[in-house]
Amino acid sequence: MIDVRNVFRHFESRSGLFAESRVVRAVDGLSFSLESGGVLGIVGESGCGKSTLGRLILGLLPPSAGEILIEGKNLLALDRRERARLIQPVFQDPFSSLNPRQRVREIVGLPLAAQGAMPTAKQRDAVMDMLARVGLPDTMADRFPAQLSGGQRQRVAIARALVLRPRIVVCDEPTSALDVSVQAQILNLLADLRKDLGLTYIFISHNLAVVEHVATEVAVMYLGRFVEHGPAQPLFAAPRHPYTKALLASVLTPEPGIPIPDVGLGDNYPDPSNVPAGCRFHPRCPAAMDRCRSDTPPAASREGRVTECFLAA
Amino acid sequence: MKPVLEIANLSVGFPDGTAAVRGVSLRVMPGETHCVVGESGCGKSVTALSVMNLLPRGASRSASVMRFQDHDLTRMADRHIARLRGDKMAMIFQEPMTSLNPAYTIGSQMAEVLERHRHVSRAKGLDRAAELLEKVGITAPGMRLAQYPHQLSGGLRQRVMIAMALMCDPELLIADEPTTALDVTVQAQILRLLKSLQQQLGLALLLITHDLGVVARMAQRVSVMYAGQVVESATAEALFAAPAHPYTQGLLRCVPIPGKTPHDEPLGSIPGVVPRIGGRFTGCAFRDRCAHAAPACEGDIPTRHLSHDHETICTRPPA
Repeated sequence: MIDVRNVFRHFESRSGLFAESRVVRAVDGLSFSLESGGVLGIVGESGCGKSTLGRLILGLLPPSAGEILIEGKNLLALDRRERARLIQPVFQDPFSSLNPRQRVREIVGLPLAAQGAMPTAKQRDAVMDMLARVGLPDTMADRFPAQLSGGQRQRVAIARALVLRPRIVVCDEPTSALDVSVQAQILNLLADLRKDLGLTYIFISHNLAVVEHVATEVAVMYLGRFVEHGPAQPLFAAPRHPYTKALLASVLTPEPGIPIPDVGLGDNYPDPSNVPAGCRFHPRCPAAMDRCRSDTPPAASREGRVTECFLAA
Repeated sequence: MKPVLEIANLSVGFPDGTAAVRGVSLRVMPGETHCVVGESGCGKSVTALSVMNLLPRGASRSASVMRFQDHDLTRMADRHIARLRGDKMAMIFQEPMTSLNPAYTIGSQMAEVLERHRHVSRAKGLDRAAELLEKVGITAPGMRLAQYPHQLSGGLRQRVMIAMALMCDPELLIADEPTTALDVTVQAQILRLLKSLQQQLGLALLLITHDLGVVARMAQRVSVMYAGQVVESATAEALFAAPAHPYTQGLLRCVPIPGKTPHDEPLGSIPGVVPRIGGRFTGCAFRDRCAHAAPACEGDIPTRHLSHDHETICTRPPA
């Protein structure tokens, strides 16, 4: 379904007029594929490149090198309309991603209108059908985004993403701006829609408990690379990379009587414009050895899981 | 033991007619962490701001008791409360970047606290600042004092905020979502720091959060807020072992627990949305979303005592 082949995305950043430009390695050589119907959860701290990867898969950014194939076709070779019929996004903040001056029916109908060549009555039916599927009553169709709650706005964003019946949806932190009770509603909705419409999800989130619940496979991203990637349940049950272990340990579950873990990674997130030599995680790794400072760990593959760590090899 | 902070029947209204806080009562004991948990708009931050006398202009506040140590905050003049603020009661906020002044160095902002409240020299203030930065786990405090907020990471900025709050040895620390803007790995570090400081210094900590995971790891006492009211109040142990209010029960079912929550079933969720509450609202504010709602829920809601320190407002008798 999705085939990512050795993809890089670098940005040039300049911190001052005369400063030397630095290269930010947001995505730094990723290769993976995702089967139809799967949910790939991508986790990592802010700045790890997970949103850049989402934008690459959406075709919103071209890769600096490498290629992304969707159903065997190069993403960059598709025109915008074709791409829109295949892949759609759902973003974090349903307020800034919806046009405040359009009514719900216009927002959800826009992708259909942009494709053209669909009679107005049919378009209308498709919009109303989609609103019903995401659990919004007919009466919402004539409202403006400001008249809706956060959860309802996110339902509108999902309806807009699905109205063209895409095959893939890239969800970038889809519930991070929502309250927990609403988050659960939206996660359940996304799960139902996946079953009903046969969707494939890329699910980007900083919330590991949520990813554990929705994903069929998980990629743990650190400084632009997947340091661990494999089927979700075994990965959560027995993480192999020290970074995955630290991330998992820092999930605070609502269970009293358990101490707050000492994750021991420090406060400083590393700088993607200054990636360390050797293993990129070694400055923060509690298990770092001498060779980690000089040699890049190879991708070790075992039981369908790929881990970039000497300890996992 | 006397509570450090005691609030009874606190109500806060806004000029647009919203009743943000409706009769909240809570007490924070010395050395205790009291968590106020609820979703956005439930009135938890407004409760904290009214203690600090930092409500926006136009808001109206009333309370039958609002006492910090021996100070009756309902009768104190604004300028007297301002003297306590940042001194014996301190507050840290969610976004350290917006609470720190971008135009001044860390050292200058921290020293100013002591200059203002204790009238000590800048040099003494900087010494104290360096000492506290070290205490909150910042290496090379001397270098950090000369830096500006934008030169620090989010986690470091929050440590600076905590250090700054401790400048005058407060008795009460109010933390409003102190880790919400941080990455999970950093969140754990900051919570560990808050907990150890609290134990070392015997601080009373009023922790405002939406995150039940944070509550479980930090709180001795919990007040669950919904639509401006405390709907359930208990020790953390009792609350998680036997949540009594349907809202608390629903909220706990919404949070997936890795390895425990089944994958093939939908998550528990609470249908509907939080209602807008005006001044004349009566009955239970949760009834539209509650599976147990009955006609009685439109009338007066009794307070039920499940044990001497576990109570809830609900028409249903405890199971």
